[in-house]
Amino acid sequence: MNRKKNILIAGAGPAGLEAAYRLSMMGFSPILVEKEEMPGGHLNKWDRLFPEREAADEILERLLSRVKNDVNIKIFTSSYIEQINELNDSYNVILSTGVTIIAEAVLITTGFDLFNASRKEEYGYGIYERVITNADLESWFKGNGKIPVENPQSIGFVHCVGSRDEKAGNRHCSKVCCVTAVKQAIEIKEIFPHATVYCFYMDLRMFGRHYEDMYLEAQQKHGIRFIRGRVSEVSENKEGRLVVKAEDTLAGKPVKATMDLLVLMAGMTRPASSASLYEQLDLSMDEDGFLRQSDAILNGQSNHRKGIFVAGACTGPKTLPDTIHEADSAAMAIYEYLNRMTV
Amino acid sequence: MIYEGKKKIWSEYQKEIPDDHYFYVRSCIRQNFFPASEKMFLEIVRNRLGRDFHETEHHTTCGGIAYHSDAIPQETVMTIIARQFALMTEAGYENYVASCITSFGLYTETIESWKHFPDLEAKIREHLWKTCRKEFKVPKYLAHASDIIYKYRNLIASKARYKLINVKTGKPLRVVEHIGCHYAKMFPSKGVGGAEYPYVLAGMIESWGGEIIDYPERRHCCGFGFRQYLIKANRGYSMSNTHKKFESMEPFKPDMIITNCPGCPYFLDRWQYVISELEGKTYGENGYGIPVFTYEEVAGLVLGYDPWDLGLQMHQVAVEPLLDKMGIQYDPSMKYKGNEGRDLGMPEMPHFLKCC
Repeated sequence: MNRKKNILIAGAGPAGLEAAYRLSMMGFSPILVEKEEMPGGHLNKWDRLFPEREAADEILERLLSRVKNDVNIKIFTSSYIEQINELNDSYNVILSTGVTIIAEAVLITTGFDLFNASRKEEYGYGIYERVITNADLESWFKGNGKIPVENPQSIGFVHCVGSRDEKAGNRHCSKVCCVTAVKQAIEIKEIFPHATVYCFYMDLRMFGRHYEDMYLEAQQKHGIRFIRGRVSEVSENKEGRLVVKAEDTLAGKPVKATMDLLVLMAGMTRPASSASLYEQLDLSMDEDGFLRQSDAILNGQSNHRKGIFVAGACTGPKTLPDTIHEADSAAMAIYEYLNRMTV
Repeated sequence: MIYEGKKKIWSEYQKEIPDDHYFYVRSCIRQNFFPASEKMFLEIVRNRLGRDFHETEHHTTCGGIAYHSDAIPQETVMTIIARQFALMTEAGYENYVASCITSFGLYTETIESWKHFPDLEAKIREHLWKTCRKEFKVPKYLAHASDIIYKYRNLIASKARYKLINVKTGKPLRVVEHIGCHYAKMFPSKGVGGAEYPYVLAGMIESWGGEIIDYPERRHCCGFGFRQYLIKANRGYSMSNTHKKFESMEPFKPDMIITNCPGCPYFLDRWQYVISELEGKTYGENGYGIPVFTYEEVAGLVLGYDPWDLGLQMHQVAVEPLLDKMGIQYDPSMKYKGNEGRDLGMPEMPHFLKCC
């Protein structure tokens, strides 16, 4: 095995960091390229993680420490891939900083963008101060900034914002929003125990282990009210409180409530800043904008392009554990590929 | 409320509105409800602004009321619309402007349908030829008349004699803007400012000095809603919609309401009388109602036209409190005088709603 083989990893979020660690363990030289100043992706902005509410900082620190302490792994932050060209058995990569890299394989871990909630104009994000997103709330949980109201008495969570929404151009389910809403509803209820907390949902997709337990805990222990129906519009009354209109499809009637805070569960969309990279590599995307896998069941980390691999949310919404598993799987796929090439 | 957020949305929903040369079609009902509005529109665009707006006595209803009441099928209404377009084509125009919101919505729906279903357009062309021996071009630009006044709002402001400012306090008048449902709710990109935070009337209010009120039921229907009113048994539902809006806007103490739809000013104006008779409740100051205007009437007031020439005596809710706030000179004794001083007769006064 050639220990000097470079593996370029586009994106130093959880998938990129995990894959870099695994590839280094296998004897390769992973090179992480991250457009942001700090590696870690969305994990940097999150406070605690479902379902056990582990601190996101601790998970990220564990991912980072393995990379930082490994001399085989190089990381270029505040950089992006400006040009990438296929050679015979490798890729020639030029970064925005002018650095040139020859890589025997490329792993795409470009992740996702959070849906721009202001596109759902009827919910008033960016118009009404008391409408925030799941990311804003998580940032506040993390100790950054403040929420727009000091002691909210009535709080709503709107599921599926920009997900499962033809009008927004996103038919897909973002997979993590239901359980994140339940987690955040519990957390905010713990901070404001006297507040009434509502979750407006289409259907609750509690697919993971312990998710259903969280859902039951939210109802039984915290009294969080789950209303099956979509919010139709949000407006502001004279006092600056939010007037939220929705449909309760179980009761079969419209509901209207005045709330102090509304949290929009913005879903996952394709990473817009990766468009140039995808185009240069001629990577196929599905209708939802996420990258296509060549064989999603048995060979999910491969792409139709030789030497190109994919992992994490760039191929569709995923939980963090799924992302980590895919990164490990991608490392194994790259190992097999390069071994085959050597033989 | 974050004004910058609204401005961002407004900037995303701007449509091209040609400056000149339009084929103008009137509404079926506006001349009965607010008799001077369409006349004022033509007066402003032709005589004050010097633009070319052509109209013909040969145009008919667009069929919208019958269509939305399920009285006629889509192909029939499309053939009626095709005939209107044929009149435009014959007159040598490409820009089409409708006075009525429902017509505007229906024209938009028709043109969009034809884009997606060319066979349907071909069929309608055949219907029109068989019935009228006419052919047509689809308008190059379709506008609602409020789009035109929106486009000229700053020009009108530059010629303004009065502003939407309370002359006694010097503060901007607090204005509710109500957009007809068919303006942008079906096709947000076809309306100035989109569907959720329309700018078409808000832009006029800003240019003419007023302050816009954003109240919770701003998006709600005025109460017309076609079958809500046209079917007599549903009229309580119609009024409950209007009631809901007034209850919602009341805490904001609006000085006036501006609308851009034929039905909206009628229902927001007339139902205030009915609510006062049923509940003894009025929403304006000192027992008056909240005056309701069409945008042409407001443009006319701003430009200094006589309120009675604008037909404001036809309103149920007295407009005088608003005229006084704007400092508009008017002769109360001429309110119910017609052309050449002809006496129109005094209407019966309501029990609760104070009128002048």
